[in-house]
Amino acid sequence: MKTPRWNPYLVGALIGVLSILTFSLADKPIGISTGIAQASGACSVPMLGADGVAANTYWAKKAVPAWDYGSLFVLGTFFGALVSSLGSGSFKLESVPALWRERFGPSVGKRFLAAFIGGVVIIFGARLADGCTSGHGISGSLQLAVSSWTFFIVMFISGIVTAFILFRGTSQS
Amino acid sequence: MHTPLAFITGSNLLWAGLLFGFIFGVLLHRGGVTDFNVIVKQFLFRDFTVLKVMFTAIVVGGVGLFILHGQELSNWHIKPATMLAVILGALLFGIGMVIYGYCPGTGIAAIAAGKLDALVGFLGMLVGAAAYALCYDWIAANILPVADLGKKRLPELSTLPEWVWYAGLVALAAIVFALVARVEKARFPAS
Repeated sequence: MKTPRWNPYLVGALIGVLSILTFSLADKPIGISTGIAQASGACSVPMLGADGVAANTYWAKKAVPAWDYGSLFVLGTFFGALVSSLGSGSFKLESVPALWRERFGPSVGKRFLAAFIGGVVIIFGARLADGCTSGHGISGSLQLAVSSWTFFIVMFISGIVTAFILFRGTSQS
Repeated sequence: MHTPLAFITGSNLLWAGLLFGFIFGVLLHRGGVTDFNVIVKQFLFRDFTVLKVMFTAIVVGGVGLFILHGQELSNWHIKPATMLAVILGALLFGIGMVIYGYCPGTGIAAIAAGKLDALVGFLGMLVGAAAYALCYDWIAANILPVADLGKKRLPELSTLPEWVWYAGLVALAAIVFALVARVEKARFPAS
């Protein structure tokens, strides 16, 4: 099954145009991981209580759990991808990606455990660096920010090393 | 500074966030980067979709903003170069991205494409972000101040004019894309 994919250069150019629009029309960059941190604050209310979340420096100042431009951008990303995948007929429930299956077998539990741990690690890294592939990788790099190019290069090297350790034995296709 | 074109303000920003996010989600999905295999194979140099999408976005958006900023039609939004935190964060991010198989944005979009592992990883992201919030006071006191260069841009590191940096960025992209084309031709001669 193949997604009806567009040319990656075209998609990249359109993301570039989109960021020009967000910067000039709304004075905002494209970013995702702050929105996820905002959501984590909202989801922590049942455990920590509303007061507990509000008393936390990070949720009080850096990622306030509320509907704003940033958190709605994340929600919009979900719906955009949903409309695209349903509209193109490529929506398909899947638990274990092909490359993972080839290397680690068909176990759903194993894949879910890894995805969960990977999710914890990636967002902790994104918050520590103050951005992800969107906020640093695209928005920051296109502004030639020192922080963002440092992030981009170090992240890529770290990913290459991890990928070669974990997936080196898989077929070349 | 308020820029003349920035007419989206106040509560309209909420709708703009939703709309811009929607377009971003469509583009991520159509670009094919909501696929675990595409992302991990980038790091194995077997698929160059991620690099093509990101680098083209950087060049197009970068040159566009360079022009807009020159006309005072946009502001810079530079994240501080807290170098120890950025480097440690990027190291964790690269490890997490290969194990998760998505980045935060493509993970969100992959959930919408039916990828259940992306959904489980999203729960992990909620936990990880909460853990960061709970550690934040310590990190802000001990990690963020180390080698903090402030909100620096690369052109500020030299005396070269700004346009030279953007010309260099375009040239770098051209070289990278030419190299990618050669590798792809050597590896997949049929296609």
